[in-house]
Amino acid sequence: MENASIFVIVVSAILVNNFVLSRFLGICPFLGVSKKVDTALGMGMAVTFVMTMAGIMTYIVNELILVRFHIEYLQTIAFILVIASLVQFVEIVLQKVSPALYQALGVFLPLITTNCAVLGLALLNIQFKFNLPQVIAHSVGAALGFTLAIVLFAGIREKTELSDVPKPFKGFPIALISASMMAMAFLGFTGLV
Amino acid sequence: MDFKIIVNSVVSLGGLGLLFGAGLAFASKKFAVEVDPRVELVNEALPAANCGGCGYPGCMAFATAVVTGEAPVNGCPVGGAECAAKVAEIMGVDPSAGEPQVAKVMCTGALGVCKEEFQYHGVDSCLAANMISGGSKACQFGCIGFGSCADVCPFDAIVIQDNHLAWIDPDKCVACGKCVDICPKHIIHMVPKEQFVVVACSNLEKGGHVKKNCEEACIACGICERACPFDAIHVENNLATIDYDKCTNCMICAEKCPTKAIVAQFDKRKTATIIDDKCIGCTICKKVCPVGAIEGEVKGVHKVDPEKCVGCGLCEQKCPRDAINMN
Repeated sequence: MENASIFVIVVSAILVNNFVLSRFLGICPFLGVSKKVDTALGMGMAVTFVMTMAGIMTYIVNELILVRFHIEYLQTIAFILVIASLVQFVEIVLQKVSPALYQALGVFLPLITTNCAVLGLALLNIQFKFNLPQVIAHSVGAALGFTLAIVLFAGIREKTELSDVPKPFKGFPIALISASMMAMAFLGFTGLV
Repeated sequence: MDFKIIVNSVVSLGGLGLLFGAGLAFASKKFAVEVDPRVELVNEALPAANCGGCGYPGCMAFATAVVTGEAPVNGCPVGGAECAAKVAEIMGVDPSAGEPQVAKVMCTGALGVCKEEFQYHGVDSCLAANMISGGSKACQFGCIGFGSCADVCPFDAIVIQDNHLAWIDPDKCVACGKCVDICPKHIIHMVPKEQFVVVACSNLEKGGHVKKNCEEACIACGICERACPFDAIHVENNLATIDYDKCTNCMICAEKCPTKAIVAQFDKRKTATIIDDKCIGCTICKKVCPVGAIEGEVKGVHKVDPEKCVGCGLCEQKCPRDAINMN
């Protein structure tokens, strides 16, 4: 993965190694905020924003502090710290600088504070030994993949809401079944890159 | 044991934490958004039901609207006068509590009163039944009685009686308006809580046709219009309509209505009593009484005939000596 081109990294993160559907990260917001396409899109935007920022920040923290002092085993806890404070910081700044954007993303930001998809991304970036441009490409790709998955899923859920689902399957059971079918469908992208 | 590793990890992680903490503290000061403290206070005074009855998405949004002056202080239908008074105190204005309202079903067409055109076997929902030629009842303006209103009521105030007619408990109803929106027949209306007479019919068809379908329907005969001493009830579009501002709850219209389409709570009817010590015998009350229930000579103490009195309260308003009580 070290020498992969930017394009390959982006396509791989969106389709082949989709964070939700093949890495199974970020399932909580995937099921929780996918009742309406509008909110799913808002969540996707917020995740994109935070993932990109967090990817870059954790990379810098890792390179400058953890690697230098040979304490790489503290990655997980350090990254949680970075991500949580970053999201808080972004929320505060956004509220002041752009109230319109805050209105659109505001409710979703605290939800992402401890999201495993963001932490997983930060850890994977280090695992794959990416450099900074690759980190940015991977973060944006992963976030777009998340957005794609959650928006598609929200569309499916809006339809199933109206269809005649057998009573025991109503609500979350049918949502989980359609999610699993989506994951199987995304398996078809294996071997693309 | 390598002591250096411990020091390194503690210092760098602690340093990071300190740095981020300081950054956040700085950001919260530097980028602090001035929020009107009254918003928080108003929000605390609200019932926090987040029912949306006020027309805003949740109590917080309503609180913001109150502080910016968009919403009236008494705009919360759930909290009632008590809540309005608290909010008004925070905002420093006169509560002038708006008259509390309740939802009422404007139909008495229960099974047996209103004819059924066919047997409906389907989903137990008014919305679904309404799609099949407007429900099974012969009257197209009648309560279908499957309780779509009861399903949406967050306060359990609506009961579907055995006779397929929705009934709203005025004590539980907080006038959030959800049932008004969902009713496919649009026959649930908001009525002032102190209004005890309503035209419990919504049929806009001509009298003869209505009478064939339902025994208790308004046939637009106009008897109520002529009987009302206060010009408060009028027949419009083949349906009697009460002007709640003019209505005094005298309930004469309900007594006169030949089909009993006007429903009144006669137990809530008031009666005037004259306080003998205060009465100076000015005869004003005798003159204004629309039903001739007050008797008395000039300069003599007047008497109310409780049998005739309809409790309209006109004499109480006109009495120059405050000698009349309504109860």
